[in-house]
Amino acid sequence: MATTTVERSFWQALPKPKAQAGWWSWVTTVDHKRIGILYFWTSIVFFLIGGVEALLMRLQLAGPNQQIIGPDLFNQLFTMHATTMIFLGVMPLTAAFFNYFIPLLVGARDVAFPKLNAFSYWMFLLGGIFLNSSWFLGGPSDAGWFGYPNYSLKHYNPGFGVDFWIIGLLLTGIGTLVSGFNFIVTILNMRAPGMSLMRMPMFAWATLVTSFLIVFSFPVITVALLLSLFDRMFGTLLFDIFAGSDLTVYHHLFWVFGHPEVYIIVLPAMGIVSEILPVFSRKPLFGYSVMAFSSMLIGFVGFGVWSHHLFTVGMGPVVNTVFALATMIIAVPTGIKIFNWIGTLYGGRIRFTAPMMYALGFLALFLIGGLTGVMLSAAPSNAQIHHTYFVVGHFHYVMIGGALFSLIAAIHYWGPKMFGRMLDERLGKIGFWTLFVGFNLTFFPMHIMGVFGMPRRIYTYDAGLGLEVWNAISTFGAITMGLSILITLYNLLVSLRRGEPAPADPWDGRTLEWTIPSPAPEYNFDRTPHVTSRDELWIRKHPQLAPGGAAQAAAAAEDKPDEVIVVPGGTYMPFLVAFSLFVASYGLLYYMPVFWGGVAVCLLSLIGWALEGDNLRIIRLGGSK
Amino acid sequence: MSHASVPMAGAGHAEGHAHHHPTSLGIPNQKLATWLFIASESMFFAALITTYMVFRYRSVVGPHPDEVVNIPLTTVSTFILLMSSLTMALGVSAAHRGETRAVGKFLALTILGGLGFLVIQFYEWWHLAHDFGLTWHTNIFGSVFYILTGFHKAHVIFGMLWLSVIAISSFRGTLRKEHAVNVDVAGLYWHFVDIVWIVIFTLVFLLTEAGV
Repeated sequence: MATTTVERSFWQALPKPKAQAGWWSWVTTVDHKRIGILYFWTSIVFFLIGGVEALLMRLQLAGPNQQIIGPDLFNQLFTMHATTMIFLGVMPLTAAFFNYFIPLLVGARDVAFPKLNAFSYWMFLLGGIFLNSSWFLGGPSDAGWFGYPNYSLKHYNPGFGVDFWIIGLLLTGIGTLVSGFNFIVTILNMRAPGMSLMRMPMFAWATLVTSFLIVFSFPVITVALLLSLFDRMFGTLLFDIFAGSDLTVYHHLFWVFGHPEVYIIVLPAMGIVSEILPVFSRKPLFGYSVMAFSSMLIGFVGFGVWSHHLFTVGMGPVVNTVFALATMIIAVPTGIKIFNWIGTLYGGRIRFTAPMMYALGFLALFLIGGLTGVMLSAAPSNAQIHHTYFVVGHFHYVMIGGALFSLIAAIHYWGPKMFGRMLDERLGKIGFWTLFVGFNLTFFPMHIMGVFGMPRRIYTYDAGLGLEVWNAISTFGAITMGLSILITLYNLLVSLRRGEPAPADPWDGRTLEWTIPSPAPEYNFDRTPHVTSRDELWIRKHPQLAPGGAAQAAAAAEDKPDEVIVVPGGTYMPFLVAFSLFVASYGLLYYMPVFWGGVAVCLLSLIGWALEGDNLRIIRLGGSK
Repeated sequence: MSHASVPMAGAGHAEGHAHHHPTSLGIPNQKLATWLFIASESMFFAALITTYMVFRYRSVVGPHPDEVVNIPLTTVSTFILLMSSLTMALGVSAAHRGETRAVGKFLALTILGGLGFLVIQFYEWWHLAHDFGLTWHTNIFGSVFYILTGFHKAHVIFGMLWLSVIAISSFRGTLRKEHAVNVDVAGLYWHFVDIVWIVIFTLVFLLTEAGV
C-alpha cells in the first residue's frame, strides 16, 4: 500500500504538529488523557477564582450594615461566583474525569472523536477567559447566573457586562455540547469486547446519562441566551414588556436547561461515589442494575420538574401541584441510590482512606441537601422560603456536599492514576475534616437565616433581626473551607513532586483503569481487554470468584500485547477553530470587521479540519516508535 | 505510515476499512453522533418555535401574523426544499453504490434546491419589510418571526456549505466509496432541516391561515 502515488491535496499538505513534548504539544494534543489533565488544572484555577468571589461576599455579610464592598460589586460577585463555579469549576472538573477515565473504564484507546474532544476543551478555556475578561473591560454582568430580563436588558443594564456573560456562556456551551456527543458515542460504541452495557462501571453509566442531559438541555439555554443577545445587540423586542412580551418565557427556557443542569452536576458525583464505596468496602456495588436504572430515571424525570423554580410566578395551583409532585418523585430514585450505597457499605471490610472519607461525607451531606430539596418542592411552604437563604443552604448542600465532596474524593482516588504519584493520606484526612466542619458551619446556619426571612442576593442587613450570630458563624465557616481547599491544593502540588510513586493498582481496585501502569501510557491498553465481569480486575485477581469458571478469566488474562498500536497525532485545527470564535466574540462587541474575519478563519479551519486527514502515529511496543 | 496519513485519498477498499473499526452497536461513530446532533437541534428548534407560538399574537401594534402570511409563495418554496430532499436521497444512494461522480451531480441539484428556497424566502422577507413595514423592530411578532425563520435559513446555508465541500471532492475524484458514511450524515442533516421547515410551515403559515 505504500506504493500508491496519490497526490496530496492542499489541505492534506498543511503542516501538522510533530512535537511530543513541550508547550505546543499541549496545544495540539488530541490524547484524551492530556486533555483530561488540561481540564483538571484549568477548572481548579477557575475554582479558586470562584472561591475568592464567595469569600468576598461572606466577608461583606459577616456583620450587619457593613460597607466592605458596595452593592454593585456584590451583585457582580454573586453573578460571577455562581457562573464560574457551575460552568467553569464543577462541570469541567467532572469533564476532566470523563476525559481521563471513560476510555479507560470502557476499555478503549481513546474517545470516539479525539479532535472534537480537544475542541471542547479549547472552547471551555477560551469561553472562560472571555467571560472573566469582563472584570477588566468595564465590569462583569450583575444580572445573576440566570440572567433574567429585565435585569439583563440593555435599557436597565447598559455596558458590555451582560454581553460578555451571554457570549462567554455560548462559547463554553458549544464545547460542553460537543463533549456530550463525544462521550455518548464513546460509551455506546467504543466498549471493549465483553463490556456489555450492564457490565459498565457505574461512572460510565453516570457519564452516559449526564451526556444525554447535556445534549437535550444545552440547546434550550442557547435559545434563551441568543434571544437575550438579540434584544441587547440588535434592538429586537422579545423581552420588552411594553411591546407585549411575557418574561416568564425566558424563565421557562432558562429552567428547562437549569434544572437538568443540577443533575448534570450531581449524576457524575453519584457515579464517582459508586466507584469508590465498593473498592473501600471490599464488596461489589449493591443493586447494580437498580443503580443504573435509577440514574436514567433521575435524568428522565429531571426534565419534567423545571417549574418548581417558578412556584411564586403565579402559574396557578394545578401547574404548581404537577411540578411539586414530579419533584417529589425524583426523591424515589435518589433514595434508592442512598440505600444501595448503604447496602454496599453494610457488612463490608471498610478502609477509612481519604477518598473513602470524602465519599462518606458526600453520602451524609448530599442526603441533607436532598431532604431540604423535598421540603422546597412543597409549593405552599416554598412560597414562604422562596428567595431566602434557605434555598442557598439547600443547593450548596447539593453542589458542595454532593458534587465537590465527591470530586475531591475522585482527586484522591484517581489522582495517582493521572499523575503517577500517591497523595498524602494524612493531609487528605486533615483536608476532609476541615472541609466537613467548615462546610457545615458555613451552610447549615443559612437554613436558619432563611427561615428567619433573610433574602438572597442582598449585600447587607440590619442589626437586631436575629441574623448577626448566624452570619458570623457562616463567614467563619467559609474561611475554614478556604483553608481546607488550600490544604488539599498543597497536598496535590507537593505530592506531584515528592509523593510516593503510584503502583498500577494502589487501592486493590476492581475496574479496568487499575490494570495498566500509573500514569496511563499513551496507548492506554497494550492489548485489547476482554471483559467477562462487572468487577473485571477483581475477577482476574481472584479467578475462583468468576461466575463462568476460572478458565474464562484465565483466558482473558492470557491475551497477548499488540505489537503495533496506532494513535492519533496532534492537530492545530481544533485550537484554531476555537480561537477564531474567541477573537470573533470580541469583534462582535467592539469592531465588526474582526468578527467577520474570525468567522471566515473559523470556516476555513473547519474545512481544514475535515480535509487535512489524520496525523497518525505508530507505536511499536518494545521497539522504536 | 505514509499511507495511513492520507485517508481521504486512500488507495483501496481494505485501507478504507482500517478507519472503520467495528463499533459496539454496529453503527458508524459519525452516524451515531449525527443522530445525537439532530436530537439536540430538535430541542433548539422546539424552544424557538415554542417562543414563537407564545409571542405571535402578543404585539401591541400591527401587523399581526394573519395580516401578512403568504401561503402560495411559501408553498412553492416548501415544494422546492422538499424536492431537494429527494435529490439528497439519490445522492446518498449513489454514494452507497460507489457511483461517486454521480454524488456530486445530485448534491449540486440539492444545493440548487436550497438556493431556490432561500431566494424565495429572502424575497418574502423583503416583501414583508417593504409592503407591510414589518421588521424585527416593528413589534414582538416581527422580532420572533425573523429570528425563527432566520435561524432556519442559517441552517440551510450551513447545509449548503457542507454539501459543497462533499460535491467538490466528488468532482475532483477524491470521494471514495468508503466515504459513503460522510455523504450519509450530511444527508441526515439536510433532511432534518427540511423536516424542521415542515413544522415551521405548518405552525407559522398554515395554522395562521386557518385562523388558529
